[in-house]
This record gives sequence, structure tokens and C-alpha cells, in this order.
Amino acid sequence: MDLGEHAVFIWAAYGATAVILAALVARAILDERRQKTALARLEAQGVRRRSAQTHDPRP
Amino acid sequence: MPRFSTLANPSVFLGITDRVLPWLAALTASLFGVGLYLSFFVAPPDYQQGETARIMFVHVPAAWLAMLCYTVIAISSIGSLVWRHPLADVSAKTAAPLGAAFTLIALITGSLWGKPMWGTYWVWDARLTSVLVLFFLYLGLIALWDAIEEPSRAGRAAAILALVGFVNIPIIKFSVDWWNTLHQPASVIRLDGPTIHPSLLLPLLIMAVAFTCLFLWLHMKAMRAEILRRRVATMTMRRVSEAAELKAAELGA
Repeated sequence: MDLGEHAVFIWAAYGATAVILAALVARAILDERRQKTALARLEAQGVRRRSAQTHDPRP
Repeated sequence: MPRFSTLANPSVFLGITDRVLPWLAALTASLFGVGLYLSFFVAPPDYQQGETARIMFVHVPAAWLAMLCYTVIAISSIGSLVWRHPLADVSAKTAAPLGAAFTLIALITGSLWGKPMWGTYWVWDARLTSVLVLFFLYLGLIALWDAIEEPSRAGRAAAILALVGFVNIPIIKFSVDWWNTLHQPASVIRLDGPTIHPSLLLPLLIMAVAFTCLFLWLHMKAMRAEILRRRVATMTMRRVSEAAELKAAELGA
């Protein structure tokens, strides 16, 4: 594909876009995973949310 | 039919997005595949700008998303201030970094388009400057959220700033009509219809839908993470207060 004399500007624009969008996607996935892990750790320690406690059969 | 307020419950939101996100990811990837193919292999070079016009297929959608993100923040801010809805708060907070990223893409790709066409990366004209102001507004919102620890107080302060800053959105849109600028006037969203040739308009619209779907995916994902983060914070506080109560009871016994 020949993008002419200004090819470097076109590739730089698409490259910068790809890097920023990839960073956004990675951040979104990692952040949700981190919060799920933290939540699971707290639940494993027996900590419950208030709404979950109303259904808790424990005394 | 469930009421909107039921759907806006955080737990219901997590359940719905859990089912929607994989389909949205597949749709986004497909649209980007088709859009990029059309942008590079089907769309002809522009008769004036040549191959450089291909930058439009990422620059214009990013610029649209930069304004759409801020509009989402403004609408969420009204929901947050008027109805004090926690999901509106979460929506506004999580859209700000996305808006900043799309604005940054628009600024970078615009500069890279400007250099070969105008002979300069940057000019202080109305369109470019108002978009730079938008970028700083996003940074201000992010900083405000980080500066105030209590989410509801941070949400109210950020909502007021967001609504005041919304005046910049019509300024960006109409800057090319109100002032003499180097930036070209609107060629797609016009009262008399698009002036852009269909061979360039189709890839542009497909890329715009792809960017919008990506934003929706990123926003839902970020909102899910924020809801979980608040649950983690609440449960951590609960554990600390329960431990303190236990300690106090032991000391009292």
C-alpha cells in the first residue's frame, strides 16, 4: 500500500490512535479484574455487603 | 416492563452488562475490521488532500466521541445532582478519562493532519483552542474526583464543574462557523446534508459507529469496575468498624 509522500503522518496518526485505544481497553480489563479479586478476597474473609446480609441465614 | 429506575440499580446493571459486553466487543471488533478495510483499501484518495485525508477516518470519530463523552458526563451530572442517583455519579466519573483519551486522539491526529496540509502542527484558532480547553476540562474533572475522597461530595463538585464546562461543546461545534479558522467547516453534520463524497462518507460513518461501540464497551466496563470498587471500599470499612467494635467489647468486658 503506497500512502504517498505523507505516509509517515498517516501511520503516526493511526499508530497513536491504536496505542491509546489499546491502553484504554487494557486498563478497563485489568481494573475490573483487580476489583473482582479484591471483592472475592473480602468475601472469602467472611465480610458481607449490607444487602447480602439481609439474606444471610446466620444469626 | 421494568421501570428505568429498576434497570439503573447497580446489581441489575452488573447483570445486564455481563450479558451485553461480549456481544458488544464482537460488534466493535467487526466494525473496526470493516471500517479499517474500507478506509485503507476502498476509499479513494481525496482530490485535494490526497492520501492524507485517510487520517480523517480516525480524527473525525475521535473528535465526535470527545464531545459525546462530555455530553454523557453532563447528562449524568444532571442525574447526579437532581436525583442523587449513584449510577449517574459512576457514569460521570468513568466517562471523564475516556473523554480525555478521545480528545487526546483528536488533538494528536489533527496535528499530524495539519502539518502536511497547513504546514504547521498547531495554530491557536478557535476550533483547535476550544478542543484543547475541552481536554483541560476533562483533566480538571479527573483531578477533582481524585482530590475529594468521599464519592458523593466529589460527585456533586464534579457535576457542577461539568455542567458549567458544557458551554464549551456548542463553542467547539460552531467555532468553524462563528470565527475564521484554518480548520475546515462541518462536512457531515450540516442542515443541507453532507458535502463529503459517499466513497469517503461510508468508511467514515462505519468508523464513527465502531468508535461509539468501543466507547460504550469501555464505559460499561469502567462503570462495572467503579461499582465493584465502591463495594470493596464499603466492605473494607465494615470490616474495620466491626473489628473496632469487637475490640471495644473485649476491653469493656
